[in-house]
Amino acid sequence: MTMPSHTAPTPAPAAVPARPAVDWPGSLKDAATAAFVALLLTVPLVGLRTVDRPTGLSIEARPDEVIASIVLVFLGRLGLGLIRQGLALPVLVLALAAAAVGLALPMPTQVLRLVLVAGGGIIALRAAITLTTGRSKLSQAERDRRMDRVAAKVQHATKYIAPVAIAFAVALPLTPLADRQLLDIGILLLTYIMLGWGLNIVVGLAGLLDLGYVAFYAVGAYSYALLAHYFGLSFWVCLPLAGVLAACSGVLLGFPVLRLRGDYFAIVTLGFGEIIRIILVNWYQFTGGPNGISGIPRPSFFGIADFTRTPPEGMAAFHELFGLEFSPLHRIVFMYYLILALALVVNVFTLRVRKLPLGRAWEALREDEIASASLGINRTNMKLAAFAIAAMFGGFAGSFFATRQGFISPESFTFIESAIILAIVVLGGMGSQIGVVVATLLVIGLPEAFRELADYRMLAFGMGMVVIMLWRPRGLLAHRDPTILLHGGKTPRVNAGAAR
Amino acid sequence: MEYFIQQLINGLSLGAIYGLIAIGYTMVYGIIGMINFAHGEIYMIGAFVALITFLAMGALGITWVPLALVVMLAASMLFTSVYGWAVERIAYRPLRSSPRLAPLISAIGMSIFLQNYMQLLQGARSKPLQPILPGNLTLMDGAVSVSYVRLATILITLVLMVGFTMLISRTSLGRAQRACEQDKKMAGLLGVNVDRIISLTFVMGAALAAVAGMMVLLIYGVIDFYIGFLAGVKSFTAAVLGGVGSLPGAMLGGVVIGLIEAFWSGYVGSEWKDVATFTLLVLVLIFRPTGLLGRPEIEKV
Repeated sequence: MTMPSHTAPTPAPAAVPARPAVDWPGSLKDAATAAFVALLLTVPLVGLRTVDRPTGLSIEARPDEVIASIVLVFLGRLGLGLIRQGLALPVLVLALAAAAVGLALPMPTQVLRLVLVAGGGIIALRAAITLTTGRSKLSQAERDRRMDRVAAKVQHATKYIAPVAIAFAVALPLTPLADRQLLDIGILLLTYIMLGWGLNIVVGLAGLLDLGYVAFYAVGAYSYALLAHYFGLSFWVCLPLAGVLAACSGVLLGFPVLRLRGDYFAIVTLGFGEIIRIILVNWYQFTGGPNGISGIPRPSFFGIADFTRTPPEGMAAFHELFGLEFSPLHRIVFMYYLILALALVVNVFTLRVRKLPLGRAWEALREDEIASASLGINRTNMKLAAFAIAAMFGGFAGSFFATRQGFISPESFTFIESAIILAIVVLGGMGSQIGVVVATLLVIGLPEAFRELADYRMLAFGMGMVVIMLWRPRGLLAHRDPTILLHGGKTPRVNAGAAR
Repeated sequence: MEYFIQQLINGLSLGAIYGLIAIGYTMVYGIIGMINFAHGEIYMIGAFVALITFLAMGALGITWVPLALVVMLAASMLFTSVYGWAVERIAYRPLRSSPRLAPLISAIGMSIFLQNYMQLLQGARSKPLQPILPGNLTLMDGAVSVSYVRLATILITLVLMVGFTMLISRTSLGRAQRACEQDKKMAGLLGVNVDRIISLTFVMGAALAAVAGMMVLLIYGVIDFYIGFLAGVKSFTAAVLGGVGSLPGAMLGGVVIGLIEAFWSGYVGSEWKDVATFTLLVLVLIFRPTGLLGRPEIEKV
């Protein structure tokens, strides 16, 4: 049972008992068990690799990697066990020594060096954290409360951080720092922030777990691409149309499924996301199938000017209109401001709607559906509204994506995309607007910064999702506003809701 | 008619595979109420372990087919169930009392991790394997031919299902498992080691998924690191269709999905078969959310 954070604070944990004797046989046995499990895990998949040969598949043995991982797991588990038993300092020294030896002295194999350096480093870090914060002595609930306080402070500071962050985002393209690459990353981050904020309406406010948000993104992108392709409509006409179409698809899709409960709802939205993707792949004549649509027109400057050097007939050139030197960067900067504005629209909408009856109804539904229904809230209409509005924002983001890329294909709208957007919302702390920004920087920004490690990016991404959830199950910046509760807050359902 | 029977057998063997995976979903959902999103990846691992075991035996010079099959089955069940256990231990157990979304996100993360882990270790290219059990059984004067592998799949699934049902309904382990499914707290108070039972549930689910993985390898002769996602979603559909929490329901749901897919590909066209499955999922959830064999869930206020 998690301790609800709003109960009366329990008295501080009793004085830490005198350090118990270290249980060496127990620790060793524990570490040996972990090493045995590691052996079973690694023997078939790490130890034996399939190799393509001209004669067919064959395998190659890699015993050194198996041994390395077993040793790593054994020492790691032993070190963690000892840290928990109060031996953090010796473990820190030993781990640092091991890492130093691995770095300095010549080693027979590269793998051994890796074991020593990486393993020693991680254990040393853990020991150092324990030494400085004394965290291992705190219970999980206590730790949660601590982090909650930090989160609450961050939320509180948002008032000051947000204007600074927005000012920074606005000023960024004007600084000499802004080259093509940086702006591209900025656009990417802002796209995901916008999607995260959009999904936050459904997940964070209305409490509906949507695993198929990318479907609306796809609808928006394809709406623009197809309208431009078949009817030659411009981006500025298509942007609202794409939003409307996505919202319609949200209503169409939401209407039958909104009666379903939590997990079922999640799976059905996943199913719908896949259906839309499969339709895009298979409807070859209309959507171009797996080849996608290319040559999607770029946006003009609100229909009055164009960003090319020699604009088409009847259109002014942007650089001539403003008397600037021609630069291909102008369009990128314009795109950057466009997505920044779109994202901020979503943010302002969310912040305002929370204060309206609609937003309050969503939050009420999230906390307790039956209670709110009995108080006269129309469940279906409220949820449909959330779904449609989020879908509309997804559609806007999608058409922006299409015009930015100039090429779209069903490849861009796979389930993993939905999972990433959902991960952004949940990791940040559901319902938290600043949390989405932080999580986007983590989830999209970090991997982008480590592009060279492309192979390990998604591996680390998956592991990161698990680790953050283990560390902060309610999201990084989740915290609950004090809520007035009946019966001293003993109602069990309250806890199930998301934190603001 | 011959075509119909052919598709029927294809559908049954495919359905057996979906059913085996679906059991893992339905048991886990029944006991801890979460969608084990990484279960599809567990099945993929099962297929890879079977492949690697076969290749390793080939390298050691063991070529007698029955022995090879038995060793493959045993190895893939053993190693895959360790993966199932480890996933539960690392990613789900610490989150058991957290808000409902946390384990789901953790499971999605685990699924992404396992996919990329396999891609990094074994390569992204699909792995072909020459048929181990070639040959067909011809029926109706050669109009219908059924490969031995498909027959074996159906038979093994039947045997496993009987054994598994006995395990759940007759043994003390099964009794403890059902007790935890009904009320974990009460079962714990009565001396059932709930953590161990939950671990065992994951192990059993993983072992069955490993069998499914091996069968897919034998039937189609080609696997890659991405097979887990679609099979996982479809098997979850099967579990929901049969009624989440119901073991016969999972098998029934798997067979229904397998038949629909086989007939749809046979008579309509294979490119739309996934849409058919997903549409069925949506329809079932809308009109009969408890599934075919599920009990209605009473919501208490």
